[in-house]
Amino acid sequence: MDLNYTPEELAFRDEVRAFVRDKLPPQIARKVIEHKRLVKDDWVTWQKALHAQGWIAPGWPREYGGTGWTPVQRHIFEEECAAAGAPRVIAFGVDMVGPVIIAFGHPWQKERYLPRILSSEDWWCQGYSEPGSGSDLASLKTRAERKGDHYIVNGQKTWTTLAQYADMMFCLVRTSTEGKKQDGISFLLIDMKTPGITVRPIITLDGEHEVNEVWLENVEVPVENLVGEEGRGWTYAKFLLSHERTGIAGVSRSKRELAFLKHIAAEQTQRGRPLIENPRFRDKISRVEIDLMALEITVLRVLAADRHGRPPGPEASILKIKGTEIQQALTELMMEAVGPWALPHLPDSWGDHWLGERVGPEYAAPLAAQYLNFRKVSIYGGSNEIQRNIVSQMILGL
Amino acid sequence: MDFDFTEEQQLLEDSVSKFLEKNYTFEQRKSIVASRVGYSPTAWEGLANLGLLGLPVPQDRDGFGGGGIETMIVMEAFGRHLVVEPYLGTVVMAASCIATAGTFEQKQYLLPPILEGKMKFACAFTEDGGRYDLDHVATTAHMDDGQWVINGSKSVVMHGAVADLLIVSARTSGDVNDRNGISLFFVHPAEEGVSGREYPTYDGNRAAEIGFENVRISGDSLIGAADRGLPLIELIADRAIAALCAEAVGCMKVLNDTTLEYLKTRQQFGVPIGRFQALQHRMVEMVMQYEQAKSMALLAAVKVDDADPVERRKAVSAAKELIGRASRYISQQAIQLHGGMGMTDELNVGHYVKRLTSIDTLFGDADHHLDRFAQAESAQPLNVTAFERPRAKWRRI
Repeated sequence: MDLNYTPEELAFRDEVRAFVRDKLPPQIARKVIEHKRLVKDDWVTWQKALHAQGWIAPGWPREYGGTGWTPVQRHIFEEECAAAGAPRVIAFGVDMVGPVIIAFGHPWQKERYLPRILSSEDWWCQGYSEPGSGSDLASLKTRAERKGDHYIVNGQKTWTTLAQYADMMFCLVRTSTEGKKQDGISFLLIDMKTPGITVRPIITLDGEHEVNEVWLENVEVPVENLVGEEGRGWTYAKFLLSHERTGIAGVSRSKRELAFLKHIAAEQTQRGRPLIENPRFRDKISRVEIDLMALEITVLRVLAADRHGRPPGPEASILKIKGTEIQQALTELMMEAVGPWALPHLPDSWGDHWLGERVGPEYAAPLAAQYLNFRKVSIYGGSNEIQRNIVSQMILGL
Repeated sequence: MDFDFTEEQQLLEDSVSKFLEKNYTFEQRKSIVASRVGYSPTAWEGLANLGLLGLPVPQDRDGFGGGGIETMIVMEAFGRHLVVEPYLGTVVMAASCIATAGTFEQKQYLLPPILEGKMKFACAFTEDGGRYDLDHVATTAHMDDGQWVINGSKSVVMHGAVADLLIVSARTSGDVNDRNGISLFFVHPAEEGVSGREYPTYDGNRAAEIGFENVRISGDSLIGAADRGLPLIELIADRAIAALCAEAVGCMKVLNDTTLEYLKTRQQFGVPIGRFQALQHRMVEMVMQYEQAKSMALLAAVKVDDADPVERRKAVSAAKELIGRASRYISQQAIQLHGGMGMTDELNVGHYVKRLTSIDTLFGDADHHLDRFAQAESAQPLNVTAFERPRAKWRRI
């Protein structure tokens, strides 16, 4: 039992730290740390830098371009990237569809798509949720009918994150209405340039365009774009959901946000005294900090159990619930910390090239929108209530 | 980074668990609690035979040479069995205090009888009006004719009446709340001028009010340096807190297991009540809080051996705070989910709830430690060179 890094792990940390310092453009890091709006190019720039280093997909098997790192090394990597303000690697390609193609895809799919995921040539989006299928995902209705060499896809997907940038979509479709609803689902890879696809923005309560509706009207998808077997899509989708475990809690990013929160609380003053010295506010910060300390150890315990060969399991649900609760608490406290300066709403000032006059401290401007935006984290990826159902059934046997 | 127990630690866990399963069942504990002395001399002897009374004592003094992790392993098992032995005061606090800061003679004369189970200790730090502040010391000690003379009183001294020797904090200089000027002494309870009153606490343990009126003790009864006792008091209190955190984790484990079992067997409306989502989600919350508590007990166990007192204090107080919150939640839900049965004395649930509730109070509750945690970073590091730092083995086990 030793919570300290070994000399090898420390050397690795230094290597990652030096890489991030050299290759992460400061203007991108600044945007991330100060909660400003990122554009496609920001993500792609960072992902390409990681790709050039061979570090874009640490979770993949080595023969497909993975790093072969230990769980602790992956943890260190995430820590260093998050602390420095690196953008998240967009999960849809590397963390989601990539592992599914590796595990279940046809050799030609691996050959075509995996290198393009690694190089960020393709931006992927996730075609899961539908207007009538949220938490009850298996009730999805988007139909795919086989006609010769093609599936003809009709239906509507929603909450499709960053689909406005996407080149490809992995999509759950219904290929059969017989038997159990889970059994009629298939997993298709769809080129977003195919005729019949319309992407419409959904503006969220923070005023931002992050998610979309994707309409599919007689979209012709080549049969070879089916992953694995027809009717097995639900199995692949579940594999995908349980695959990404280490990042799900967001501990590293939350540590950065905690530091930022403390920074704000030290800057903001009342009657000449920093807000952080107000016991009522300080206690709130301390409580989140303690929860985060505990979650970090919990994540490491799960990683350690992984190393003993226990397959990914429902513990990920616990990490998701606790992790998102902490993320939400932090965004809430940051907004509270700036008091009235949370009110001015000048969204243009969060982007590039803003030359206008600011109102209040620069760091305060995006905080209300961020607070509102982060209400999503307990809803997406399986709402926290669905996660509780999973723990209840899979861990507790209720 | 490594989260595995060593083979030795695994063996320790097995032997403690086996011993308690045999000698400390819920029924056996009931009669121990009801007995005249309030602990089990037989079990105490058993713990001595297992070598557990020398847990924090270095191996070159015939001890186990354990650190925070070993203490955690033992205390978690104690928590599962609601052990009421004077282990915390005698072993986790006194033995480690002597091993850390005792003089050659003190180690020579006091450690062997502790290891053999012939000498029990209680630590008398708490005073009326001081609440949880270890630096609130109104009890005084002054030198007179080569002897120390103690005056004052200590409150809610756990296991105070069964102790063969007391460790008492007393002020040798300064004002009641000064951080400097506190010293630690060994005081024999049979010494003239020591008075006491024993009473039960609601969790099945015993405590005592102890008074000192012109108690004269020998000049070599001082532990560590005079006037500079607070860092040592804080160190052994932190060890006690880390141990209590582990004990709480053991209690919470039993409460969660018992409650889960009840949800699966208790039938209402024709189905097991665990089929109801309102109860399922609460049970999941209990499990999550348990996992977070376990993580913090682990962190405290590792950091309690840290040479840097600020690092140590932050981790220990964070653990006590989170575990205080988790204990309260799990306790209340365990009763609630058991319904009327949760209210009975017959079921073990209430007994675990009572112990978790008292653990929160011992050495400072969640609010106290939230405050201490927040202040830890800004606090001036104390001069801790008055005693040696733990051996390297304690840090990496």
